[in-house]
Amino acid sequence: MTLTRAQRLGYLALTGVLATAGCGGSGRSSSSSGGNDGSAGSNVLAITVNTGPNAGPPNNSPSINTAFASVTVCVPGSTSNCDTINDVLVDTGSSGLRILASAMTISLPPQTGAGGNPVVECLPFVDGFTWGPVQTADVSIGGEQAKNLPIQVIGSANFPSIPSSCSSNGPPKNDLKSLFANGILGVGPFAQDCGGACTISGASNAGFYYTCTSSGCSITTEALASQVENPVALFATDNNGVLVELPAVTGTETSVSGSLIFGIGTQSNNGLGSATVYTLDPSSGNLTTRFNNTTYQNAAFLDTGSNGIFFLDSTTTGIPVCKDMTSFYCPASTQNLSATNQGANGASGTFDFVVSNADMLASNSTTGVANGLAGPNSGTFDWGLPFFFGRKVFTAIEGRNTPGGTGPFWAY
Amino acid sequence: MRPKLIRSLLMMIALPLPSFASLGGDTTSVRADQEKMQGTLRTSSANSYTLHEILTSNGVLVKEYLAPAGRVFAVSWQGPVHPDLRQLLGPYFDEYVQAIQERRQQRRGHGPLLIQHAGLVVQVSGHVRGFVGKAYVPQQMPAGIRAEDLQ
Repeated sequence: MTLTRAQRLGYLALTGVLATAGCGGSGRSSSSSGGNDGSAGSNVLAITVNTGPNAGPPNNSPSINTAFASVTVCVPGSTSNCDTINDVLVDTGSSGLRILASAMTISLPPQTGAGGNPVVECLPFVDGFTWGPVQTADVSIGGEQAKNLPIQVIGSANFPSIPSSCSSNGPPKNDLKSLFANGILGVGPFAQDCGGACTISGASNAGFYYTCTSSGCSITTEALASQVENPVALFATDNNGVLVELPAVTGTETSVSGSLIFGIGTQSNNGLGSATVYTLDPSSGNLTTRFNNTTYQNAAFLDTGSNGIFFLDSTTTGIPVCKDMTSFYCPASTQNLSATNQGANGASGTFDFVVSNADMLASNSTTGVANGLAGPNSGTFDWGLPFFFGRKVFTAIEGRNTPGGTGPFWAY
Repeated sequence: MRPKLIRSLLMMIALPLPSFASLGGDTTSVRADQEKMQGTLRTSSANSYTLHEILTSNGVLVKEYLAPAGRVFAVSWQGPVHPDLRQLLGPYFDEYVQAIQERRQQRRGHGPLLIQHAGLVVQVSGHVRGFVGKAYVPQQMPAGIRAEDLQ
């Protein structure tokens, strides 16, 4: 659903009236955020790419090519009972807001399921999972608000026992050391993290959501409206997607700053312009990438949450893997390569990128940004953060209308 | 067994309650695990291995590659979620978990997973709703089979 500007203004005016009148019961907060409505840049969230919160003691593990931002979470209806969480990973590869319990001081109301028992989520990632309860918050992000947003609180001490059906995904990513961030702001092409696959009962359920009692946790069905949701999808305006803007990077930097701009074609600062729209396979959220003789059919994605461009293998590319950074390529000299992306809509375009020596790029622990970081990958073409350097990249949410058509799509 | 004989034994079976064997295990582990995964099973034979393909009820396509001696030398998966990796990787699961934890620091961020041990190779990539993975034991690969052949 996309509202016209007049409809949006009407909606804002209406909510303003309701707030002023103190109309209770809806859980909406007071009008304290109203000052941002319509002001310049209210749909802009500052993002920073740097070594992140894991760089210092005790972990001493600096991130590279990871984009961070701040979000504010409040108890629903409150404007004072809030935490501002810094160093949250900005991720177009997932959907939904997740915050480490260790980064929070407030207590949010738990979501409850069958029998009034708390709902706890297991979200699978490539190399593990996050585990923690679903709770409800009013979330402020760069001047926009998502009210009564279901979020995941990762690593809560209240649910220390992880079911084996969850830990079968690998090791947990439940702390700063494994997450490299205080949370994940998932602003990918899906409206919810799971979707229809978690609403089905029985063995076909995707198995993300559990209800827990003192004797254990069991998989439960979770309605779409209760699932951990892409916060952008719940904004009153600018809710059809996001635009990531990062500066061009040559070689390495300590830090660069950019913007996550909410909405596509809804304000003067988020127009598609001459960007090409690549629609996605609606089930996987992928597009198709061709590199030399290899086609990744519906197996390629644009992911700010990946720190390099990951594709193929040493044997096929002829680029050796690094001695130290063994997940990355280490060519003797920088390679200039190109691949072709193709959307489900048939739109096609060539993309030029470079692959540099990762051991050299990452040799200084203060380096937080590196163009040319790339590595081998089996089965997908993962366009990580270097793809985003020096261009505008739009992510449209499934089912939402934009001037470039209906999501899901990427455009750049 | 001769390739012709294996080809003659090619089977296409659809079962309501199939399962998958563990990496390094043999065909008996298929039955042992049968109740864990629900879906449809397809079995076919190529020149030097037998392939079990299982589509789980939650939409994951799991493939198991069995050497002529009956041992599972490789597994792969593709789908919206991971299959039960503790079951699929069997005795290699603990090594898998430990290897991930060891390399997280070196990784300096998130991305696909490549574990390249002498006795275990695991490659996992993708994202929620679109995972792809492959694991194999190099020493148990039949002669003439390359990792790239296992899709």
